[in-house]
Amino acid sequence: MTSLTSLTIADARDGLRKKAFSAAELTEAYLAAMEKARILNAYIVETPDKARAMAKASDARLAKGEGGPLEGIPLGIKDLFATEGVHTQACSHVLHGFKPTYESTVTANLWRDGAVMLGKLNMDEFAMGSSNETSYYGDVINPWKRRNSNAALVPGGSSGGSASAVAAHICAAATATDTGGSIRQPAAFTGTVGIKPTYGRCSRWGIIAFASSLDQAGPIARDVRDAAIMLRSMASADAKDTTSVAAPVPDYEKAVGRPIKGLRVGIPKEYRVDPMPAEIDALWAKGAAWLKEQGAEIVDISLPHTKYALPAYYIVAPAEASSNLARYDGVRYGLRVPGDDIVSMYENSRAEGFGREVKRRILIGTYVLSAGYYDAYYVRAQKVRTLIKRDFDEAWSKVDVVLTPATPSPAFAPGEITDPVQMYLNDIFTVTVNMAGLPGIAVPAGMSSDGLPLGLQLIGKPFGEETLFQTAAAVEQAAGRFAATPWW
Amino acid sequence: MSVDQATVKRVARLARIKVKDEALTVLANELNSILHWIEQLNAVDVSAVEPLTSVVSMKMKMRKDEVTDGHYPGQVVKNAPAQEDNFFMVPKVVE
Repeated sequence: MTSLTSLTIADARDGLRKKAFSAAELTEAYLAAMEKARILNAYIVETPDKARAMAKASDARLAKGEGGPLEGIPLGIKDLFATEGVHTQACSHVLHGFKPTYESTVTANLWRDGAVMLGKLNMDEFAMGSSNETSYYGDVINPWKRRNSNAALVPGGSSGGSASAVAAHICAAATATDTGGSIRQPAAFTGTVGIKPTYGRCSRWGIIAFASSLDQAGPIARDVRDAAIMLRSMASADAKDTTSVAAPVPDYEKAVGRPIKGLRVGIPKEYRVDPMPAEIDALWAKGAAWLKEQGAEIVDISLPHTKYALPAYYIVAPAEASSNLARYDGVRYGLRVPGDDIVSMYENSRAEGFGREVKRRILIGTYVLSAGYYDAYYVRAQKVRTLIKRDFDEAWSKVDVVLTPATPSPAFAPGEITDPVQMYLNDIFTVTVNMAGLPGIAVPAGMSSDGLPLGLQLIGKPFGEETLFQTAAAVEQAAGRFAATPWW
Repeated sequence: MSVDQATVKRVARLARIKVKDEALTVLANELNSILHWIEQLNAVDVSAVEPLTSVVSMKMKMRKDEVTDGHYPGQVVKNAPAQEDNFFMVPKVVE
């Protein structure tokens, strides 16, 4: 028998129902694998007692022929999700010691469906980063290495712990969040599948806020089917989040394997950036060719405001972050550093609690919202956002889905990118999707010249997740699967 | 537009983040490089465009104005660095 941790969610689900193994055995296999893989620093907190108790409860339900869609499936949870009584700090020192007295809606949905929690996953502090180098708990290591090289690589960010853990098979799948590319970029860097659903599809209640008009939760999984299974459980209409959309959640798994004949796939010319890396360009062309072979129609389209999405994002996201992060003041939770008076207590707590990148973004956000600059920066950026959304609205009259590269490069080394703007450019292909509130999926599609996974991105219409799973499965079928060779 | 050290100091004060004087130059340079990059937005004609207020067109949900949650002050203050009798404790603000 193959090792239990090598099973996809779909396979593990079948094995559990057939009683080929128990949920307790599956969980033990993962706990052992996690212990062996600690060098990756993917988990910041392991919750073995909780995992064992949840697995035991799953076995009891399975024995009675009951159980939800994720019964007994062991998952990792990004540290951004509030988990009752368990460390929840967005990997920031400012939330030192915080253990919520409540559970996020997304994780509550997963537990309702029978999933087992293995622990909390590392991430960039407050989800601000593209390499998982800004975490208070240290860098996460990518399970992938360049061919003939021993050098560590970043897993991408901000959901770096989620992506690394899924790629290393130390959870069956993981929760993640995406504000500008934080699910899709790390998925592309680790050969995993990550989907950011339409804004409003997953409840944001109990997810530590970064930029509220852009934040969305989604899964990172080993393949397209598993991502579909996960999203069905994570998504819900939630009265506790006014931006959560009251539409029924489809059975996304049914879209996997649906033929793509006649599907119109848009290729936006503005995603051919200058300079366009040759292997990214080749991968993109190959993806289009695969879809065409399977009967899709390839249509050249234009999304003229694409190049303005990233600079507009770096106004909108820091502005919202500066407001959302105002709550960390050393009074209600987290770190308190004393001062001469209450203001210096605020200032000292925030100076010591926040890392460099978070401070930088709070300062940018405070500046662009400050008196005299609001119209020049924030209002202008929101107008540009209208134009970005309008570009897509017009494209949907010609195409059903848009195909682009997921990232401009494969994974890089820690410390390789130090200039903030260079780091921000990692999200150049993903950020438009957040700005327009659309769903986007990253699916592994090939390898770089030095043996690292590369991903393609599919962008869908609002609530077009089924089309994304259908099309991503077609890419996956043509490209095959990509798995890191264990060295840990 | 570019920011000088005095502006960084003022913005940091607004954001309630203590910044040491020796860090102001580096911070001003970093912020200027980001702000300079953002300025490419000035090339976009936005004269006839409304700012985006919501990516999904939906009516704001309404519910009855009634208490649906609460009555557990102990849980509310549970994570506070300092608390007493279900109150958050802060340094003296009024003499």
